[in-house]
Amino acid sequence: MAESYTTTKHAEGHPALQHHFENMEQQREAGTLGMWVFLVTEIMFFGGMFLAYTLYRSKYPAAFASASNHLDITLGAANTGVLILSSFTMALAVYGTQVGKRKLQLFCLALTIVLGLTFLGIKAVEYKDKYVDSLIPGTLIPGHPFSPAVQVPGESFDEHKLHLLPGATVKNVEMFYWIYFAMTGMHAVHMIIGVGLLSFLLVFSVKRRYGPEYHNPIEVTGLYWHFVDIVWIFLFPLLYLLGRHLEHGG
Amino acid sequence: MRAIETFEPPAPSKVNYLNAEYGLKSWLLTRDHKRIALLYLGSITFFFFIGGIYAMMIRLELLTPQGDLLQSTTYNKVFTQHGIIMIFFFLIPSIPATLGNFLVPMMIGAKDLAFPRINLLSWYIYIAGALVTIYALLAGGVDTGWTFYAPFSTTFSNSYVVATGLGIFINGFSSILTGLNFIVTIHTMRAPGMTWFRLPLFIWAMYATSLIFVLGTPVIAITILLMAFERLAHVGIFDPALGGDPVLFQHLFWFYSHPAVYIMVLPSMGVVSELIANFSRKNIFGYKFVAFSSLAIAVFGFLVWGHHMFVSSQSVYAGMIFSFLSFAVAIPSAIKVFNWTATLYKSSISYDTPMLYGLGFICLFTIGGMTGLFLAALAVDVHLTDTYFVVAHFHYIMVGGALMGYLGGLHYWWPKITGRMYPEAWGRFAALIVFVGFNLTFMPQFVAGYMGMPRRYHAYPPEFQVFNVLSTAGASILGFGMLIPAIYLVWSMRYGKRADANPWNLPGLEWRTQSPPPTENFETTPVVTWEAYEFAPPEEIEVIGRLRGEFENV
Repeated sequence: MAESYTTTKHAEGHPALQHHFENMEQQREAGTLGMWVFLVTEIMFFGGMFLAYTLYRSKYPAAFASASNHLDITLGAANTGVLILSSFTMALAVYGTQVGKRKLQLFCLALTIVLGLTFLGIKAVEYKDKYVDSLIPGTLIPGHPFSPAVQVPGESFDEHKLHLLPGATVKNVEMFYWIYFAMTGMHAVHMIIGVGLLSFLLVFSVKRRYGPEYHNPIEVTGLYWHFVDIVWIFLFPLLYLLGRHLEHGG
Repeated sequence: MRAIETFEPPAPSKVNYLNAEYGLKSWLLTRDHKRIALLYLGSITFFFFIGGIYAMMIRLELLTPQGDLLQSTTYNKVFTQHGIIMIFFFLIPSIPATLGNFLVPMMIGAKDLAFPRINLLSWYIYIAGALVTIYALLAGGVDTGWTFYAPFSTTFSNSYVVATGLGIFINGFSSILTGLNFIVTIHTMRAPGMTWFRLPLFIWAMYATSLIFVLGTPVIAITILLMAFERLAHVGIFDPALGGDPVLFQHLFWFYSHPAVYIMVLPSMGVVSELIANFSRKNIFGYKFVAFSSLAIAVFGFLVWGHHMFVSSQSVYAGMIFSFLSFAVAIPSAIKVFNWTATLYKSSISYDTPMLYGLGFICLFTIGGMTGLFLAALAVDVHLTDTYFVVAHFHYIMVGGALMGYLGGLHYWWPKITGRMYPEAWGRFAALIVFVGFNLTFMPQFVAGYMGMPRRYHAYPPEFQVFNVLSTAGASILGFGMLIPAIYLVWSMRYGKRADANPWNLPGLEWRTQSPPPTENFETTPVVTWEAYEFAPPEEIEVIGRLRGEFENV
């Protein structure tokens, strides 16, 4: 640690240097480590829900597969693509800031925000579909209880009806949807916060606050954005894909 | 009395962190870690007395075998609220948020914590959580026990479970932010020369505690959130009626709440390491063992939660593993106790008030730890589960351990915090009263519990009355003992003898700046050239230093 006091003297006196840090290098280290530690807490936070998912997936496999089948795989896959692309533009925004390519920085920050909003828009469409099919669990929306129509054998295919695999009960399908809404809802909250942070960064970037001398806020927000992206990378297969072959004869 | 003779105390300055600015705004918008520590000190003291009032109500009710003072429903609320207030709003923030906040930057030679605004935010989050919880208590209280076991909490309890849960949920983020701040500060802001193995052991303890803060607290947050949603919207993963598993709640709850016990006692162990080394004027025996045992406790602490669930339908094999691991976690604790006692051997001990609390800690923590082993043993635990034996055991850890360390630390650093000495004679007297009162309160509960008296009932068979009378008498003495420091510490802030920079004549960094410290702690960033607890005479230090220099030149 002692070395860090003798390096990067050039950055001293930068207007963004806070009074309690010795130099910009130390401030950057602290900011980055702070975000990593915060992301660890986030992993533990989501971990509780992943544990609940794992337990009940193994306890009620048929019901979870039935419920999972009813999710819109096209919209889910599209959203996965949108998020991966947004991580790419985020990484480019960080790169653009570090090397001083200002147009790249501004363009990519704006594009990341747009992609984030696109994800939230598609998610809203999915939520609305679930609302229409009465798949909102419990009394989360008062007066609109969980009461999906269930396909009976021999009936013609209706995508708005629940197709129950042998051994699945509506009660346990409801639990899947609670876990689905809890996890994707908490993920969406993180997306909204991320879009908010990026909007701040964009405003201050327009005011030329960040550049090769001072880019830590964009870097750590990038870390956060990639983390939220990775959570979705886990959510998509667990919620949308697992058990899909059971119905489609795979 | 020898080590510090080479150290020239800084010229006393009239400006310090207390009088640098005046007015309410200068306190409520402060980013100075020392002022935030005082904000926390005031808040947790308030809650300590609220929790204490509930404790007295419990002890008064249990004075007689009949349920005559409180109705059973009221009693349920009183013991629940005693637990919630004391654990979440006093013990967990106690040492980290006050002494830790004040001392972590000072002990490592930094100007402030890494994120001063987040530090202030953590206090506001604490206050927000506290206000929501106070609302819940005033609106009608909560009766689930501090453990919130489902499905009672999610479905059947007719009390303010959601509001209380929300208060605890919010409060948790203040712990997370404090832990995050400490970890980053200790990693990135140590003064030149302050290597990891020169850190005071209090810093190691704070680091280990912070690990538990950031790894454990998010889990209780999501658990309480899911519990509240289950109660509000009938979306279930805990209630069997909704297809859920109540044992999952217990797993998630104890995954945090067992490590939370170490959040309470590890900081005290850190304080006691300081007290033992400094008041026996000797380098701590086995510095690295004491340092790493803190980390070992933090790590092992995450692997033993199942010992709370030996009778909760957990598999026998899981029970055996959890039992084994619970025995294993006793090893790092024992390492600390042995190293402290080895430090005391042939040292020059001074029995000032902080040291009395330090020695009290060793005695009471040992009893608490040993009785913990009884409870970690599967067969014994089946007999003792949910009896007063458990109550006595964890009070020996949380009050006998955590609270003693807190009081010891508060007295030890009081001259640094306020610039005034507390009255020493009163301090020693109170420490003695607290020790006697504490043992009289909780020692009889071991016996009552072993004989089968269950916890959480407001009435009990008459044969247990003698133990309860002793316990209530002890609680009265303990309560009196707590009031004495509350009075003389407040008194000393105005009328106490002025303290100089280094009233105990010690080598630590926090004693090498004026009392109270200036806002930026040190005039210039210190350069550390000495080991922690270096009590060797100066000429020896000089020789060692010269030898080292020659060695490096070869």
